[in-house]
Amino acid sequence: MARWAHHLTTPLVKENPVTLQILGICSALAVTTSLTTAAMMSVALTAVLCMSSAIISLIRHHIPTSIRLIIQITIIASLVIVIDELMQAFAFEISQQLSVFVGLIVTNCLVLGRAEAFAMRNPVGPSVLDGLGNGLGYSLILMLVGGIRELLGAGTLFGQTVFVTVADGGWFEPLGLMQLAPAAFFIIGLLIWVIRTRWTAQIEAPKFKLHPSLKSAGGRS
Amino acid sequence: MPNPVSALFARPNDDTTKTVTIAALVAFVCAILVSTASVLLGPIQQAQIDAEQAARMESMLDTLPGMRQVMEEAGVTALETRIVDLQTGQFAPDIDPATYDFVAAATDPELSVAIPTDDDLASIRRRPLYAPVHLLERDGDLLLIVLPVYGSGYASTIRAMLALEPDLSTVAALTITEQAETPGLGARITEPDWQSLWPGKELLNEEGDIVIEVVRGQAQSVHEVDGLSGATRTGDGVTFALHFWMGPNGFGPFLDRLAEEGL
Repeated sequence: MARWAHHLTTPLVKENPVTLQILGICSALAVTTSLTTAAMMSVALTAVLCMSSAIISLIRHHIPTSIRLIIQITIIASLVIVIDELMQAFAFEISQQLSVFVGLIVTNCLVLGRAEAFAMRNPVGPSVLDGLGNGLGYSLILMLVGGIRELLGAGTLFGQTVFVTVADGGWFEPLGLMQLAPAAFFIIGLLIWVIRTRWTAQIEAPKFKLHPSLKSAGGRS
Repeated sequence: MPNPVSALFARPNDDTTKTVTIAALVAFVCAILVSTASVLLGPIQQAQIDAEQAARMESMLDTLPGMRQVMEEAGVTALETRIVDLQTGQFAPDIDPATYDFVAAATDPELSVAIPTDDDLASIRRRPLYAPVHLLERDGDLLLIVLPVYGSGYASTIRAMLALEPDLSTVAALTITEQAETPGLGARITEPDWQSLWPGKELLNEEGDIVIEVVRGQAQSVHEVDGLSGATRTGDGVTFALHFWMGPNGFGPFLDRLAEEGL
């Protein structure tokens, strides 16, 4: 088990699916206005990722190459529908808030990416750990972004008041911007900056360079 | 001789027979899984939806000043539900309100009628023949009436409960009961801040025409309600739903009869 442990730990920060591979951004923007929705989305995605990795790894030797993507998507979509139905039955209010985004886990490149890149080639044990690790890596970013946005945007965490807002007679003026989608972009951008400053190996080589003459001409003011 | 199942799985993965069989197997297992979940969880989900709608109705009553007290004096704890024949405007006492499904009736050919395209303001194509109304009366006088309305918004069908004062024009409350508009934009019609703009608005002008409108920007009169920025078509959806359901193809005949004869 110990030799597999890195499957679980590397996706947390070093190879985080959101900040390194920039996958799953759409939902990371949409569901992070509060910690509660971010947490629920994290649980849903991690569950789907673990189960899809397990199932696909289990049958990987018998998946015909020509239809492998369709098989993967079919399995993922079925799992997502089941999770969505479960949430509508047992966590109705949160599922109303998450609206379409649970269903959109199907199109989350993170899930298909792990199925195609890892579960198709590895035994069940490492695949589940890889799914769990990536799910937790995604969750970590979601919770961070959700926490910052909820705290600065509404002065609460998990709906519990932390900063008393001016409207309630306190001192805290909520930052309305934090409740809007661009704020998630800013926070994820800052996170990527921090992580890549610490782990410089993550910095990508530039795809092209400006010609030196352009630089000296001062084309940009 | 090996048995046929292991023989099939022993075939190479690019074999056509195996490809088709695997595809069929995966599809079958997934279909079973999904339909089982749907059938098993359906009743629990429906109970959640019903409970939420009842809670919405309750909280709407709580927003109406003095309504609880009136209800207490009248000795009732909930509004009375009656079924209305939309065409004649008469009550239909032979239909049991407890079992009548307004939403399902809208797509049932026997219980609904097609709306002529020109009259279909709310873009709903068909409407049920009967509709439930919730009312509060005391000694035969109407105190409050709540009408279910719905119409197409930007991305979904918007359903709402419209509570009217006894003059049948003044809005007592409007509460959105179901929608799936864009989160953060159109979906903000569910927020109490927006719904609290409705009480006191007049649906009709002096001539009795339906003039209520969700406008862009700030409302200028009692016939206008502030729109939500970025949600013009959602606001239009609410406007058109109200125009349709207050009009001759909706509750119009019923409201006319109510104004003339009372309950």
